[in-house]
Amino acid sequence: MTTETTTAHRPLETETVPSASPQVRQPRSETRRRLLGFLRHVALLALVVVSLYPVLWMIVSSLRPDGFIFGNASLVLNTFEIENYTGGWNALGAPFSTYLLNSAVVVAGAIVGNLVTCSMAAYAFARLRFRFQRPAFAIMLLMIMLPVHVVIVPQYVLWAQTGLVNSFWPLVIPKFLATDGFFVFLMVQFIRGLPRELDEAARIDGAGHGRTFFQILLPLMTPALATTAIFTFIWTWNDFFSQLIYLTDPNLYTVPVALRSFIDAQSQSSYGSMFAMSVVSVIPLLVAFTLGQKYLVRGIATTGGK
Amino acid sequence: MSLAELQKLSTRSGGARVKQETPDNKAALFFLGPWLVGAVALTIGPMAASLYLAFTDYNLLQDPRWIGLANFERMLEDDRLHKSIEVTFTYVAFGVPAQLAVALLLAIALDRGMRGLPFYRSAFYLPSLLGASVAIAVLWRLIFGSEGLFNSILGTLGIDSSTSWIANPDTALWTIVMLHVWTFGSPMVIFLAGLRQIPREYYEAASTDGASPLRQFRSITLPLLTPIIFFNLVLAIINSFQAFTQAFVVSGGTGGPSDSTLFYTLYLYQEGFGAFRMGYASALAWLLVVIVGAFTVINFWASRFWVHYDD
Repeated sequence: MTTETTTAHRPLETETVPSASPQVRQPRSETRRRLLGFLRHVALLALVVVSLYPVLWMIVSSLRPDGFIFGNASLVLNTFEIENYTGGWNALGAPFSTYLLNSAVVVAGAIVGNLVTCSMAAYAFARLRFRFQRPAFAIMLLMIMLPVHVVIVPQYVLWAQTGLVNSFWPLVIPKFLATDGFFVFLMVQFIRGLPRELDEAARIDGAGHGRTFFQILLPLMTPALATTAIFTFIWTWNDFFSQLIYLTDPNLYTVPVALRSFIDAQSQSSYGSMFAMSVVSVIPLLVAFTLGQKYLVRGIATTGGK
Repeated sequence: MSLAELQKLSTRSGGARVKQETPDNKAALFFLGPWLVGAVALTIGPMAASLYLAFTDYNLLQDPRWIGLANFERMLEDDRLHKSIEVTFTYVAFGVPAQLAVALLLAIALDRGMRGLPFYRSAFYLPSLLGASVAIAVLWRLIFGSEGLFNSILGTLGIDSSTSWIANPDTALWTIVMLHVWTFGSPMVIFLAGLRQIPREYYEAASTDGASPLRQFRSITLPLLTPIIFFNLVLAIINSFQAFTQAFVVSGGTGGPSDSTLFYTLYLYQEGFGAFRMGYASALAWLLVVIVGAFTVINFWASRFWVHYDD
């Protein structure tokens, strides 16, 4: 009885773990186990289809002529309309490539800034001893949890006074000042996991902190750096709030801000082109996801990123 | 290695250790330099400034004018603020538990060496990856429009509907709650990692003792997973209170219809960057900090009644 219940309800386990008494199992329960495993896959695949349906519908709709998008739930394409893409590309003030390029500049700046300054700060917190270390660490943790809204008004005033509103600087400079405490923390944790003997060996060889960090630790931090890079990519690419606030010149629009202006321009532009540019806007995310999946999953699992 | 060399090494490494104990202030200043500038100029300074601005009337053009508690008094009578709090609380109260429940159920269904696990994990994670983007918010707007995908599907199920779910004040918020639930992938990945930590032997012992799978779930999986559930809950609540993009895009920046999607941060944006009432917006930001902080504290306090730490 016991064996039967176990095998019936936990078919996964038996695949990898040799059961305690495989010879006892009857052919009937074996069939049942396989059937249940099969049904589980069917159910899960159905759920995958349901949860990806909106995205698939978006892709299919982007390839349909305007009149056939709405009132149509099917994913079957009868025609293949590429015009939505050519039309959408030029539907706004500037060609869509401008917005992609603007987003790419902001993202690249953010990644470089985060990689350099967050890793340096992390080295200091993890390996150095200095005055006010504890309060500094506490402030770093505070920066992780603080809602951006509580600093956004004075930050905006600051950038407005320096004349940098309507440029990419307010979006990139903070990254060069290690304001993403989340990544500092991630890398502090990572460095703490590296053996201290490495540093000491380097010191014996006469290396200062600069060389210890850049030549010894940094190469070993690749997984943490990759996680940082990919999360920075995704978050910055998707970031809407700050890009909306700082960029009001249409030529400086990044992809999210430009997409949003599609809604305002809806009377002039077709729905099909809106779908098309939405698809274009998520392609870089999908590429980043495919390339960095390993680090992404690891990063989420250890840090609970969005 | 000769003995002399070894001795030399040990004294030198000893020396290094002594050196470790003297503070590395100079090196720290170099490595922490950028961070320090950022912390002072972009976090602590602005925090102090926004606390000050919360007691002022400030429109960016003229100097801030001290008005004492007037901003906070206004909060008491601000109907739109009350509405935005109601909207945000509804979103958090329904969206967060629903999303975590779906994430947990799927993580359990996927657990343990299942064939195709990496595929399922990626497929279910995909909505989380895309969910924060403007593209998906735009898509949502079209899905729940009067002729959108949602009504088409209802139609094939035999339910005739031509209402626009986002133009209806009774349903608009729920489409955004659904969008939140849809991004269950990222807590699911965290749950999967947590489930992997539970020793397999527990289940083996339990099934030898004749515990049913349901019983095993109640007595092993759930208690041992409570720290992860707690972690997910704290994060989800903090993040959900700050939700902005979806509500902004779905409502076209208005928070409508009839303020039914006026999320807190959207209202803050309208006040600060639409009406340039920067003083009031700062006060709103601090109220948000207090609300989120209070929820986090309550969460930690309540955790000792249900979170099980294995020690």
